[in-house]
Amino acid sequence: MRDPEPLQHAPPAEVRRAQEERLLKVWDTPGGWRYWSSVNNSDVGVWYTAGTFIFLVFGGLLALMMRTQLAVPNNDFISADLYNQAFTVHGSVMMFLFAIPVFEAIAVLLLPQFLGARDLPFPRLSAFGFWAFTLGGVFLCGSIFFNAAPKGGWFMYPPLTSGYQPGIGADIWLLGFSFIEIAAIAAAVEMIVGVLKTRPPGMRINLIPLYAWYILVAAAMILFAFPPLIAGSLLLEIERAFHWPFFNPDGGGDPILWQHLFWLFGHPEVYVIFLPSVALVAMIVPTFARRPIVGYGWVVLAAVGTGFISFGLWVHHMYTTGLPGISLGLFSAASEAVAIPTGVQIFCFIATLLAGRAMRSIPMLFTFGAFVIFVLGGATGVMVALVPFDLQAHDTFFVVAHLHYVLIGGAVFPIIAGLYYFFPIVNGKKLSDRLGKVAFTLLFIGFNVAFFPMHLSGLLGMPRRVFTYPDDLGVSGLNLTSTIGAFILAAGFAVIAWDIIRPKKKQPYSERNPWNAGTLEWLQDMPGKSWGVRSIPEIDSRYPLWDQPNLMRDTDEGRFYLPDAEEGYRETITTTVIDARPVQCQRLPGSSFIPFWSAMTVGGVFILGTYHLWWPALFSAIAALGFILYWLWTGTAQVPEKEGKDVGLGLSLPLYTSGPASVGWWAMFIVMLADMTAFASLVFGYFFFWTIHDTFPPDPNPGPGVFWPVLGAFLMVGAWGLTVLARRWNRQDRSGAYYAGLLTAVLLAFAGGAALLAGPSRSGLDPTSNVYPAVVWILVIWCAAHAVLGIIMQLYCVARRWAGKATARHDIDIVNTTLFWHFVAITVVITAAVIAGFPLVA
Amino acid sequence: VNAEDDVAGFRLFPLGKDYKLVKPQQQVIKSLSSEVEIRYSAIHTTSWAIAVGLLLLSGCGGVQSALDPAGREAEQIAELFWWLVAGAGIVWLAVIALAVYAIYARPEAHKPRTGRILIVGGGAVFPTVVLAGYLVYGLALMPDMLTPAPEGSLNISVSGEQWWWRVRYPLPDGGAVELANEIHLPVGERVNFILDSPDVIHSFWIPSLGGKIDMIPGRTNLLALEPTQTGVFKGACAEYCGTSHALMTFYVVVHEREAFDRWLEQQAEPAEPPTDPLAVRGRELFLANGCGACHTVRGTPADGTIGPDLTHVGSRLSIGAGTLPGEPDAFLQWIAHTSNIKPEVLMPEFPMLRDEELRAMAAYLDGLE
Repeated sequence: MRDPEPLQHAPPAEVRRAQEERLLKVWDTPGGWRYWSSVNNSDVGVWYTAGTFIFLVFGGLLALMMRTQLAVPNNDFISADLYNQAFTVHGSVMMFLFAIPVFEAIAVLLLPQFLGARDLPFPRLSAFGFWAFTLGGVFLCGSIFFNAAPKGGWFMYPPLTSGYQPGIGADIWLLGFSFIEIAAIAAAVEMIVGVLKTRPPGMRINLIPLYAWYILVAAAMILFAFPPLIAGSLLLEIERAFHWPFFNPDGGGDPILWQHLFWLFGHPEVYVIFLPSVALVAMIVPTFARRPIVGYGWVVLAAVGTGFISFGLWVHHMYTTGLPGISLGLFSAASEAVAIPTGVQIFCFIATLLAGRAMRSIPMLFTFGAFVIFVLGGATGVMVALVPFDLQAHDTFFVVAHLHYVLIGGAVFPIIAGLYYFFPIVNGKKLSDRLGKVAFTLLFIGFNVAFFPMHLSGLLGMPRRVFTYPDDLGVSGLNLTSTIGAFILAAGFAVIAWDIIRPKKKQPYSERNPWNAGTLEWLQDMPGKSWGVRSIPEIDSRYPLWDQPNLMRDTDEGRFYLPDAEEGYRETITTTVIDARPVQCQRLPGSSFIPFWSAMTVGGVFILGTYHLWWPALFSAIAALGFILYWLWTGTAQVPEKEGKDVGLGLSLPLYTSGPASVGWWAMFIVMLADMTAFASLVFGYFFFWTIHDTFPPDPNPGPGVFWPVLGAFLMVGAWGLTVLARRWNRQDRSGAYYAGLLTAVLLAFAGGAALLAGPSRSGLDPTSNVYPAVVWILVIWCAAHAVLGIIMQLYCVARRWAGKATARHDIDIVNTTLFWHFVAITVVITAAVIAGFPLVA
Repeated sequence: VNAEDDVAGFRLFPLGKDYKLVKPQQQVIKSLSSEVEIRYSAIHTTSWAIAVGLLLLSGCGGVQSALDPAGREAEQIAELFWWLVAGAGIVWLAVIALAVYAIYARPEAHKPRTGRILIVGGGAVFPTVVLAGYLVYGLALMPDMLTPAPEGSLNISVSGEQWWWRVRYPLPDGGAVELANEIHLPVGERVNFILDSPDVIHSFWIPSLGGKIDMIPGRTNLLALEPTQTGVFKGACAEYCGTSHALMTFYVVVHEREAFDRWLEQQAEPAEPPTDPLAVRGRELFLANGCGACHTVRGTPADGTIGPDLTHVGSRLSIGAGTLPGEPDAFLQWIAHTSNIKPEVLMPEFPMLRDEELRAMAAYLDGLE
């Protein structure tokens, strides 16, 4: 390792002033309406977080509406239909538009500060994610004002949602949330690459702040949890729009497949919400215990362990579907086991408090409230994980109580603690201690009064999702209590909202590092500058502000890396994944409306598709493709004016890298992991149908035969091979071979995709007739769509070299395209093996 | 049902077996058989200011309470639940107490090792042991619960439909009879429920007797239950199944075997022709208005199978799948305002019928004992 010594002497004052001017100019946020073209994490992060809070309020108002309806038995405050829309939208909004995005929003805002980076590696991608989230969210929430909202529950079980709910509500849900999930995956890519690649020099893997560890785990979970739901939504929407019977038993489908795909997403999702919130606690507790966390390694292991185990629990949402006892037993055991890593984390925090001298503060107050609520939610979680008890409690208000104890204790209270803790980073001022205490009192009392009685109303026989109940059920008093609690809870949120928006003109700026924390985010000046950190420090501790004397002075005076922006580019340092050695000076894109337009046009495809406006949707898709290509062409893989630059302290770094050293390669790799997971979900569907049918494929098999699938796979593998060769020829600077190779690969890919489609087409498979043709068709369509994407990328590589934007040395485009094709080749070979090979052995 | 007993309007229902914490207002309202007495109770919780007070007031009883078991499965689950509550309560208090102590304790008071012991002991070892114990307890209950009733037991088929229950009982002579929205069981015998659905997913749940199992289109699920006490209980659909999911409940009456046999024998009979002139007129209207296209009244030309069988609808404790009490006025309301009472129900309304016509049909239906 290099010695983490800053410059002995600060540069002279006039040099520093000139550096600061250049940095400010480069990182400046545009004014006027162009403000919304900003992509800087400190702007996008704030919009994003504010957006999630607005959706939280919207979801909360729906909850108040429901609680008012349930205040007394046989109430008619709202109709059954509106109530059903309300609980569907409430659950969906809280999950998809608050809980998941708020973690991404906070991470966009804070992760660069935690890592001493100027910004995350793909600022425009963050902006794209924000705009996609906003468009999708407004579309979804707006539907309830037109009485057109989804009303199938946030879990959308078919056949209710496939055949028994005409109208566009279910389509809004399926397409709108698929769009938002894609934005979530984009954010996950940003988080993972950010944690892996934009750490400050010296922040080895054992020095990463716990927050970043948690974000890494949660983002990785998104990669594997969301694709099954996207695949499931695709199948359900196709069933709704074109009557392919994936979930319809009359056509050989099975509604249970949806439940598997949904909960394969749904259960990990709980931990995707929980872990990043605990991450805030993991930063707050050491600060107020005034000592490093006790059991850093335990916390990391527990977070990773929770992530893994959470993928093995989904069936505990399906105990009552009549699965065999042996699977119930296994999933019950796994569900109990996940309590152990959670317990480890809680005890690490308690041990830290024990070993330190705890200071009282509003963030600690909310952290303590979170403990009290969450531990109770965990305890009821242990109860419902046991199959016999769950057979009673499942789908009753007991579960409503349980999940709110877990999510409000495990996520909302920590997020409020984080809000009070990190607010100075946002606008340089603290929130009010007095209002914080009032809010805590109202929230804590309101929450328990609202939700504790629900345990009992559930066990007294009140099912979930009922718009009313009879008086003789004996739950009238309990429900009225819950309603009163809900309004007290809402009052608490109102106090917090006021604390956030109240005018703070007269309030002085907070002092720097107001809580005397030890981690890098508190390097920030009050108020913060758009450049993030003045210079990027070298780190040798988990709590550098505590352990590295003069760190704040040295970064401020530009004694570390990248103190200047002499060429007028936004830059940050990327480092190696494990030991954080600097590898590249990464140029970052500046303000642009292109992410906005890309999000609007991609969203247009989904929204217009909801109304079955296929032609406008196609037009929107073409526009989206244009915007995205323009974005890539003008904003990515730019050939720098020089090979490398001196980033300070005698360190010279390249300005251009490709392959695993570059952030783009990692992003492609991560996206393709998600893509493969979605594909695996479809293949899972194929074999799921095999398990539930005595003869699958049907006998005699009308299937796609062997010839066309094998030919298709052969051609596509050829396209892959030529792409790999083209990458090599590019390095050897043999441009003729490069162009010929890629263009031939395009032809092979086209022919391969067509041959795959010819399989079911020429054998006359009718996807509406039965689930077997439907699942074969969906697999080949998936491959063909990838062939189309692959062709676009190959042609893009041809054009890039033709235009001089890619050279033998500057080969990011072809390297990443090749990486994409590796995965396509695997996808196609598996598809051919399944649709052509499996019928032979079945 | 006497009008005088109707103190709380429509939604006044019979209550379950006698229970301890709340003493129901005892009024014998209908004698189904000698050993079953159904009581009305107007439980009005007078105070709800404090949750704890509420717990004591409303207690654990009720027609639909998992904590007031009247079946073997429900008893086992309730016992498991109370053990879990005890464990959870102790652990919760201990963790919170520890956290409070950790906040106030001075750091010098502990050796550095204490933290590690706490993490390993409290975070890993202790929960592993406790959870393993509960897991074994939970798993040990499962084989019995999941085992079907022995050969020769009563097999009752129940189909969940939006938003009512189609019920089929096998008859001693080898045939079967289709009923709806009410289930009668012999006490002390394990019975199988064969569960399915022709439309969307429902879930069959009688909390007083045991757990629930989903009714899934394209699949057949089995639930075995064994009532241990006689009485009247209530079941409900637990899986959200569309607009009127909340109004999909049913009564469960548990008899001694002998009374059960008598009940089944009576249910298997065709409907007796009405004698009362109003009811005779009601029957004419029933047939003339096409009710028979959807409903069956055995012994008449009405043989529809879309809606519930009405052959003995007058003997049932409720109409509209637990939505209204089974009394003449309720029939009248139901026919005139069907979709007000049960939103989006398949049955059309008959607002064109005059009041006296409605009254006649109500009299006929209520008389189908």
